[in-house]
Amino acid sequence: MGSILFFLSILAIIGTWWLSRQGLASKPWLEPSAAGTLQDLEPEPVAPAKVGLGVLLAVIGSFFALFISAYAMRMQLPDWRTMPIPSILWLNTAMLVASSLALHGAKVAVRRGETGELKFTLIAAGVSALAFLSGQLVAWQQLAQEGYRLTINPANDFFYILTGAHGLHVLGGLVALVRTSEKAWHPTSTDRLRLSVELCATYWHFLLFVWLVLLSIWTGWAGDFIDICRQLLT
Amino acid sequence: MVDVPLGPTGVIAAPDVEDVELYHPHSWLTKYVFSQDAKVIAIQYSFVALSVGLIALVLSWLMRLQLGFPGVFSFIDANAYYQFITMHGMMMVVYVLTALFLGGFGNYLIPLMVGARDMVFPYVNMLSFWIYLLAVLILVASFFVPGGPTGAGWTLYPPQAILSGTPGGQDWGIILMLVSLMTFIIGFTMGGLNYVVTVLQARARGMTLMRMPLTVWGIFTASFMALLAFPALFVGAVMMLFDRVLGTSFFMPVMVEMGQPLDRNGGSPLLFQHLFWFFGHPEVYIVALPAFGIVSDLISTHARRNIFGYRMMVWALLAIGALSFIVWAHHMYVSGMNPYFGFFFATTTLIIAVPTAIKVYNWILTLWRGDIHLTVPMLFALAFIVTFVNGGLTGLFLGNVVVDVPLSDTMFVVAHFHMVMGVAPILVIFGAIYHWYPKVTGRMLNDPLGKLHFWVTFLGAYAIFFPMHYLGLMGIPRRYHDIADMAFVPPSAHALNAFITIVALIVGATQLVFVFNLFWSLRHGKPAGGNPWRATTLEWQTPETPPPHGNWGKDLPVVYRWAYDYSVPGADQDFLAQSQPGPTRAGSGSIHG
Amino acid sequence: MAVALILVLVAVGSVVFHLVSPWWWTPIASNWRYIDNTIIITFWITGAVFVAVIFFMAYCVYRFRHQAGRRAHYEPENKRLEWWLTIVTGVGVAAMLAPGLFVWRQFITVPEDATDIEIFGQQWQWSFRLPGPDGQLAASDARLISPDNPLGLNREDPKSQDDIVIEGGELHLPVNKPVKALLRSPDVLHDFYVPEFRAKMDLVPGQISYIWFTPIRTGTFEILCAELCGVGHPQMRGKVIVQEESEYQAWLQDKASKSFARLLPAPKTGASMPD
Ligand code: HEM
Ligand SMILES: [Cu+2]
Ligand SMILES: [Cu+2]
Repeated sequence: MGSILFFLSILAIIGTWWLSRQGLASKPWLEPSAAGTLQDLEPEPVAPAKVGLGVLLAVIGSFFALFISAYAMRMQLPDWRTMPIPSILWLNTAMLVASSLALHGAKVAVRRGETGELKFTLIAAGVSALAFLSGQLVAWQQLAQEGYRLTINPANDFFYILTGAHGLHVLGGLVALVRTSEKAWHPTSTDRLRLSVELCATYWHFLLFVWLVLLSIWTGWAGDFIDICRQLLT
Repeated sequence: MVDVPLGPTGVIAAPDVEDVELYHPHSWLTKYVFSQDAKVIAIQYSFVALSVGLIALVLSWLMRLQLGFPGVFSFIDANAYYQFITMHGMMMVVYVLTALFLGGFGNYLIPLMVGARDMVFPYVNMLSFWIYLLAVLILVASFFVPGGPTGAGWTLYPPQAILSGTPGGQDWGIILMLVSLMTFIIGFTMGGLNYVVTVLQARARGMTLMRMPLTVWGIFTASFMALLAFPALFVGAVMMLFDRVLGTSFFMPVMVEMGQPLDRNGGSPLLFQHLFWFFGHPEVYIVALPAFGIVSDLISTHARRNIFGYRMMVWALLAIGALSFIVWAHHMYVSGMNPYFGFFFATTTLIIAVPTAIKVYNWILTLWRGDIHLTVPMLFALAFIVTFVNGGLTGLFLGNVVVDVPLSDTMFVVAHFHMVMGVAPILVIFGAIYHWYPKVTGRMLNDPLGKLHFWVTFLGAYAIFFPMHYLGLMGIPRRYHDIADMAFVPPSAHALNAFITIVALIVGATQLVFVFNLFWSLRHGKPAGGNPWRATTLEWQTPETPPPHGNWGKDLPVVYRWAYDYSVPGADQDFLAQSQPGPTRAGSGSIHG
Repeated sequence: MAVALILVLVAVGSVVFHLVSPWWWTPIASNWRYIDNTIIITFWITGAVFVAVIFFMAYCVYRFRHQAGRRAHYEPENKRLEWWLTIVTGVGVAAMLAPGLFVWRQFITVPEDATDIEIFGQQWQWSFRLPGPDGQLAASDARLISPDNPLGLNREDPKSQDDIVIEGGELHLPVNKPVKALLRSPDVLHDFYVPEFRAKMDLVPGQISYIWFTPIRTGTFEILCAELCGVGHPQMRGKVIVQEESEYQAWLQDKASKSFARLLPAPKTGASMPD
């Protein structure tokens, strides 16, 4: 359970930092009416949707962290046979990076109000995300052909489940991306458009991050790290 | 964020926040059925959860009938008994208590108590309820599929849960259970995002965190924990579903079942237990923290006294929430895990006892020098303290590794968790319903009926579960539908079992009085007015009762003080509403810092 | 008034029930008296707290009940009192935890001179394996289980020659000799539980768990399964018979001569299983 505890500790640090700025040691009964003591701290209200996305990412993060914990525990058992990673994963990774970069571009574009560039980057992000997903399917196919099917070995099972879960999250993101694009093509409120694009970008970067973590586990780069986590518990 | 500019005179400026865009229902259907109003969703959640609760209650009668009068009811065989305990346990913990506290009370109280018009994502909030309902339907459907519901115990431990020796293991039962849980978690996550973000982002002006009532603190912390803990159950459920349906070996070691080798390899049953309890232990507090919060407010309001040690209460709540993520393996002391974990988990578990004890002290110290009105909500709150302290103290037995060894998996455990997470939170739920029903409906619940309901429920539940500890101490294991032929069990124990069953039936039947009261008072209850308990918190200050869509009429409330200004020296009334501007309390010099 | 009285009655009634209850633990038959003692300490501490809290509550309910003209005292907090209570609680908790951890250490530290035995649980019966004269148990593997090798012994292991297998029967143990029970299951979780021994531990398929104990009095005790293992769970019973050394040896001789024949090496079956 090392990875999830590690993940939760990070959340706890963020939470503590945030709470420490909320006057948790103040004596609320001594200050009727003087509610303004916190006023200098948050100069600009954050959109609820952003906070909501942040919380959602914490949930998704704990979901993947738990899977990785399970992976690390299951890996120690003797029947584990590490699986080769199909080389197409590197191409897929490049696609996901491209998608993330495109959305970053979209974010910049929407801030500057450059509609043409915004539309272009949104399409680019969508296309490369689709390319990523198709690439993942190809990877599944290749693996299956080479005999690395489900149920043959837990390493394979984890690979399929984790890529599947990650893919579903990308798919969900694509739905949001389509709705954002609708707003870009039929703009009603620039604030909303901007918010949507920013949310998409954050989500994309997060999924890219999750993907890189997963990749580093399959390539073994994370092995040392997992060892550390494991030692924390034993 | 709370960002209240002080005017030149040091008084909070009038609210000039732009109105949140409210969703407006256009038809009866979108107003009462597919409603996005948190209050309607709250009632929908509560109604469904209470209905599931009645099913679970009936299941508990059937189990008790078998235990008290073994063999008399021939249809309750081992098979049925296991299905009953599993469905009873899972329903009570997840589909009743979690849904009721967070989906029901959370939805109703959070926006009102923090002074918001509604939840921040109303559409998602509505989806949350419908997905919850779907989860309930899937769960209930498992009663009607071939093989019936799963009988794996609410802990669903593999390999047993998905093998043929367990009811539903190789049929649909376990699949429906897992799918239902996953559905529930998705639905809950949608709701949970709302509860958390509403508290973070939609508080009225002046409502600093430290001015929030403890109810909001409790529900907020619990929602956060649930958001982070439920994924563990989700992950476990996905993996078990793969094991069951596709034949993977996440949790399935090399096995020989009834002489037949199974085609499985090297999985780890303990892995599931770790995942399950990583969810399961926080789940206990997900149920307990809202109860803690609510009971604090009930006690304070009905004792006309500020909650004693508010700051400690908040810190303790947060400490408990955080610590509860590192105690999970205290459910696994005798599971065959690395025995050295025992030292760590026993220590963390007993450390949690300290902030929990602080909360208890502060509740009873709130009574000290109070002006105690023994209303029905107050009675339930007092009963909560009794049962919670009792259950919490037996928790010290079970948390303390070696003491747990003889007691774990016996009726002692059953008695303990019913006392602490069954009876105690349910008593708070009842108290809370008596307390807030006037706000929801505009009418009071009938008082004599309420007192009858209270006394039978409290004393009855105590009489059911207190003696049960001693059966466990004697060594009777849990999940045994028949203990007739155990050499070490004296006949008197069977008499005790019969007694417990009879009391359980009486307590169960008394709940009908409560249900009757709920419906009867809807029409015939005494009109309540806006603030029948003369309480300080915002939900009692709405311009109309029951609060209409949007809660506050034209202007959002502004908060000028904390939630506990009861019996302030110098004030003419014995409470000052949070939204009441005005003079600082007189004589603050006498206040301890 | 009535409420306060009932609260007092609940507390007093609980204590009286505890004192006069005929339902109490079975007379102990193993060395784990320490566990009982820790439970007693815990009962004392928690009982005192329970009574104190409820009496205090009852007093408040009586003394500060609403009466015309009463007004509550305004006091948001009292730092000193709260810290004191915290410290006292911490000390009480430590007083329970310390002996608990101390005994746990003993519980998981097997003495050198303990005899290894195997307890094998399957749906839904108990089997046992005793090491025989060499004092050692042979390796085993669930993959080797077959009708004539019910516990899946590795017969290529020379230590398997004298292992004594008792299928679905009674476990005999000599009194006052520590045993280390290795717990194994081929199918689902079970839990080896003898109320008189106090000790219990799960049997987990795919791994071997253990407990140790020393029977301290002779007699016949019931083995229960304390981990849900399917519909037969409550019927999964066995017996431990604790005997004087001499009786035990006599029984062992008898058993060894009978089961020896069954355990002759099986005819070679080609592929040998991985261990
Ligand atoms: C008067 C009300 C209740 C009665 C009479 C009752 C009775 C029972 C009985 C007889 C069992 C089976 C014990 C066994 O053989 O192991 C049981 C199990 C259980 N109950 Fe209740 N119960 C009640 C209320 C509750 C509540 C409110 C909760 C909510 C937390 C709850 C949660 C559970 C759980 C989690 C189990 C364990 C199921 C399992 O072993 O898998 N019960 N209850
Ligand atoms: Cu726990
Ligand atoms: Cu069993």
